[in-house]
Amino acid sequence: MSERADRPLDDVDRRILHVLERDAQTEPRQIGIMLDLEPADVSARIANAEAVGAIVRRKVVVNWERAGEPFVLALIEVKVTPQRETGFDAIAERIYRFPEARSVYLVSGTYDLAVHVLGRTMQDVAMFVAEKLAPLDGVQSTVTHFMLRRYKEDGDILVGHETAERLAVTP
Amino acid sequence: VSGATASTRLSRRVTELPPSGIRRFFDLITTLEGVISLGVGEPDFTTPWHIREAAIHSLERGYTMYTSNLGLPDLRRAIARHLAGRYGVEYDPDAEILVTVGVSEGLDLALRAVLDPGDEVLIPEPSYVSYGPCALLAGGTPVYVPASRESDFEVSVDEIARRITPRSRAILIGYPNNPTGAVMPRAELERLARLAAERDLLVISDEIYDRLVYGVEHTCFPALGGARERTVLLGGFSKSYAMTGWRIGYLAAPADLIAGMVKIHQYAALCAPIMSQKAAIEALTRGEADVEAMVGEYDERRRVLVHGLNALGLDTFEPRGAFYAFPSIRSTGLSSEQFAERLLLEQRVAVVPGSAFGPSGEGHVRCCYATSMAGIVEALDRIGRFVASL
Repeated sequence: MSERADRPLDDVDRRILHVLERDAQTEPRQIGIMLDLEPADVSARIANAEAVGAIVRRKVVVNWERAGEPFVLALIEVKVTPQRETGFDAIAERIYRFPEARSVYLVSGTYDLAVHVLGRTMQDVAMFVAEKLAPLDGVQSTVTHFMLRRYKEDGDILVGHETAERLAVTP
Repeated sequence: VSGATASTRLSRRVTELPPSGIRRFFDLITTLEGVISLGVGEPDFTTPWHIREAAIHSLERGYTMYTSNLGLPDLRRAIARHLAGRYGVEYDPDAEILVTVGVSEGLDLALRAVLDPGDEVLIPEPSYVSYGPCALLAGGTPVYVPASRESDFEVSVDEIARRITPRSRAILIGYPNNPTGAVMPRAELERLARLAAERDLLVISDEIYDRLVYGVEHTCFPALGGARERTVLLGGFSKSYAMTGWRIGYLAAPADLIAGMVKIHQYAALCAPIMSQKAAIEALTRGEADVEAMVGEYDERRRVLVHGLNALGLDTFEPRGAFYAFPSIRSTGLSSEQFAERLLLEQRVAVVPGSAFGPSGEGHVRCCYATSMAGIVEALDRIGRFVASL
């Protein structure tokens, strides 16, 4: 699509990404009107953002509780022994390769890796920690926090509704 | 109570006051389901959480009492800093700034403080629905100055000058404009400032939409050379910070004018609500990023709505401020009231007839783009079906 697939992104590209992050379904034609750009230019810029990995993928935010498919999420604090040469990266990779690990962060503070683990049941999560995560070479200790309620995730509030409504016509 | 008896209970001034052209529409809409509204005059954003949270915190600490008539000193200082920093115009927070119950109260105070019976107020139209009625309630006489599509609804300074009489007391302007979205070029406002000085007129400048401008700089009227001493500046928080329901605004003017306006304010309102004043302090000191984010979104929606209306054959000039598009509906052969009423009944889209904002608004409707992008896109579809059915 784009003639230079590895062009670094500029401010215009980033404005397009902000639009898509709000609603991934926004058509290039519509983005063109919103940002005063040619639709073909928008398409080329989106293709470039995809090529350089600035767009990872497009997904839908699902509230699985409301969809009737419950699951269990846990935050695992992981203390690790960093390795020569690779530091924390090698052990982090050993962990993030597991599909059960939904997010993996290196953090400052009293532990090293914050791992979000997803399972169908508490047993699933506990078994993953006990059998896969804790025994890894380099893992010193783990502390498991089961998430009891998801109030807000990645910017989306998942509980309740704002009920305030505007009047339909005001001066 | 018979109509005759009812009317005699009311003062002649109130009886003679024209009803708002918007009210009738509001009554009609409440009977319908599934309406997409482009008829509002307020942001669709909720007040940013940190501002709401600051107000809640102030309530928890027990800030539930009266404030000084002028408003909380901290708020007046924040307003003075804001005006000096943003527009380079200096006001003394102890004598030249008055916190009001929204710009609506500020407008009422300004007119009542300066008008004697029969004094004339020059008001460009189309304009906000309150300007003329508030002038009448203050005992004044509105003298309307038409602006038209041909000049993108910028009022002509010559047309204002032509209507000045010995009874003229003030010029009341509101730019960025509700309902047209028009912004006056700085050079024209400078001419207006010179005219006001030559003819010794006050200028009441309603700048409630000052932060909502797109691709242009807002000109703060009192910041123009020589204008400050004869200007009453009306400012507020409703539009910039999505705070319409808080009813909080301010007046900035020379001390003698503020002293007169405080006299009325202390008897009629006493002070603006303290929780709203606390929220306004938070908005001014930590709300800049919110304003910029909201303006950015309005700008995108503005382009979609204006582009869409033009694509439907409804001639729409590019509005540079506020959050309204003001398309001409002349090509449909309908009056603005007919257009708005039939669009509402047949396609369930609410817009406001331009005639509600003055005779020069006839042939146009006001469409607000402070609604979700999905709502705008759907409204354009429906307007398209309506226009095609005519």
